[in-house]
Amino acid sequence: MRVVYYLWLRELKHYARSRPQIIASLGQPLLYLTVLGFGLDPVFRRSDQGSYLQFLAPGVIAMAILFSALFSGLGLLWDRQLGFLKETLVAPVPRAHIVIGRTLGGATVSLFQGVLVLLLALIAGFRPVRVAHIPVALVYMALIALVFAALGTTIGSVLRDTKGFQVITNFVVMPLFFLSGALFPLTDLAAALTLATRIDPLAYGVDGLRGALTGVSHFGLSTDVGVLALVATVFLACSVRAFGRTQL
Amino acid sequence: MDTLGHTVIEVQNLLRTFGNVVAVAGVSFRVQAGEIFAFLGPNGAGKTTTLQMLITLLRPTSGTVRVDGRNPVTDPLGVRRSFGVVFQDTSLDAELTAFENMDLHGIFYHLPRRVSEGRINELLTLFGLWDRRHTMVKVFSGGMRRRLEVARALLHTPKILFLDEPTLGLDPQSRNILWQRVRDLNKSEGLTVFLTTHYMDEAERIAHRVAVIDAGRIIACGSPRALCDETGTSSLERAFLVLTGASSRDRPPGAADELRELARIWRR
Repeated sequence: MRVVYYLWLRELKHYARSRPQIIASLGQPLLYLTVLGFGLDPVFRRSDQGSYLQFLAPGVIAMAILFSALFSGLGLLWDRQLGFLKETLVAPVPRAHIVIGRTLGGATVSLFQGVLVLLLALIAGFRPVRVAHIPVALVYMALIALVFAALGTTIGSVLRDTKGFQVITNFVVMPLFFLSGALFPLTDLAAALTLATRIDPLAYGVDGLRGALTGVSHFGLSTDVGVLALVATVFLACSVRAFGRTQL
Repeated sequence: MDTLGHTVIEVQNLLRTFGNVVAVAGVSFRVQAGEIFAFLGPNGAGKTTTLQMLITLLRPTSGTVRVDGRNPVTDPLGVRRSFGVVFQDTSLDAELTAFENMDLHGIFYHLPRRVSEGRINELLTLFGLWDRRHTMVKVFSGGMRRRLEVARALLHTPKILFLDEPTLGLDPQSRNILWQRVRDLNKSEGLTVFLTTHYMDEAERIAHRVAVIDAGRIIACGSPRALCDETGTSSLERAFLVLTGASSRDRPPGAADELRELARIWRR
C-alpha cells in the first residue's frame, strides 16, 4: 500500500510544481463561465429557464475535472516517453498498485482543479441554492474525477505514444463533454441525441453536480451516484488490466 | 574474484522473434556470482533484446532463462527483487529531486524507512551527488543523471547489476567515476555485473569475461585475453573486428530498424 500512497503523492508533487499550468488550465473554464455564461443568458431567460450561469456552472466544473482527470491519466504516456515507466515496470511491485496509485493521484489533483473552478464560478456570480449541499457536490466531483482518471490511465496504457492525444481529444474528450448536458438541458432532445447522452457517463456527473448545487436534477441523484460508482469500478478494472499488459 | 562461485544467470537456447524477424537466435551462456560479464555486439545484434528478457520486460519466444535461480516468466517479482538495472535511456523522474527519485525507488523495493535513508545518503555521497540531493533532476547534466541512475539501481543492494550501454554519451570523467565505483562494488561486495557496450576498451578494462553477439548469435565467449589469443590480435577491439567483420552493420533499409519498430509495436 506504501507504493500506492507514494505514487499518489508523486502526482500531487507534480501538480504543485507546475503552477503555470494550473493557472493556464483555468483559462478555458473562465472563458466558458463568463463569455457563454453571460452571452447566452438572455436567450436562456427568454425561454423561461432562469439564469444561464446557474445552469452552466456545474457543467463547467465537470468539464474542468474531465479534462484534468483524463489528461493526468494519459500522463502515463509521458512516463513512457520520458523513461520513468521503465523504472516502474521492473519494480517488484504488482502492476495494479502502480496504476491505482497513479489513478487516485490524478483524480485527487482533478478534484482540486474542480474546486478551483467552483471558486471561480462563485466569483462570477454563481450561487448554490444551499451551502450545506456543497459536501454532496464534492462527492460527485470526486466520482467524476475517479471515472475519468481511470479512463485516462486505461487509454494511456493502450496507446503507444503522445501522438494519439489529438485523436483522444477530438473523439473522446469533446464528445463526452458536449453530450453531458453541461451546456444545454437534456429535456426534449431528438431521440438519437437522447440515447447518446444516456450512455455518456459524464452526463450523470453533471446531473448529480447540478442537482447538488442548484436542486435541479434530470436523472435523480441516486441514479447518478449509482451509475458513476459502477462506471468508476469498471474503468478502474480496465486500467488495471490494460496496465498489467504493458510492455516497453 | 574469490566470491566467484555459483551460477546467477543461466540462459539456454534463448530465442526471440518479432514477426518473422529473428532478434535473438538461440543463445546460451552462464554468468557466475561475482563476475563482470560484458555483452558486446554491433548495433541491432540482439544485446538489448536479450537483456530485456533477463529483466522480465520481454517474454522469450522459446528457450529457458534463470536469473538468481528463478524464471522471469513465471516469477517476475522474485527476479525483479534480485537485480538493479540502468537502462540505455534515462528512467528518472525529471520532475522530482535526486533524493525523491532515490526515495521512491526505496518504496518500490520495500526498504524500511531508516535503512533506505541511510543508504540513500551513502550512495549519493559515493556518486558525488550528495550536495545536489534536493535539486530537481531536470537540471542535471547527462553525467549526473547517469550517476544517479547507477546509485538508484544499487539502493536495494541487488545481487546483480544490469547496465545497458551505461557510458553512452558520457565524458571521460563521468565514465571513469562510474567504472571505478562499479569495480569497487564488485570487489568489495561481490556484486555481479552484466553489461552491454560497444566500447571495447571499457570491456577490456572492466570485464572478466565477454560474449560477442552478432545477428542474434553468440560467436565468441571468454576472457578478453582469450579472445585476443583466439583471433591472434593484440586488443579486444581488433579481436571484435576480426570476429564480426569490418563492415558497418547498419544494413540498407535497416533490418535492425524494422526490428526495433516491430519491438515497439509488439505487445506480447
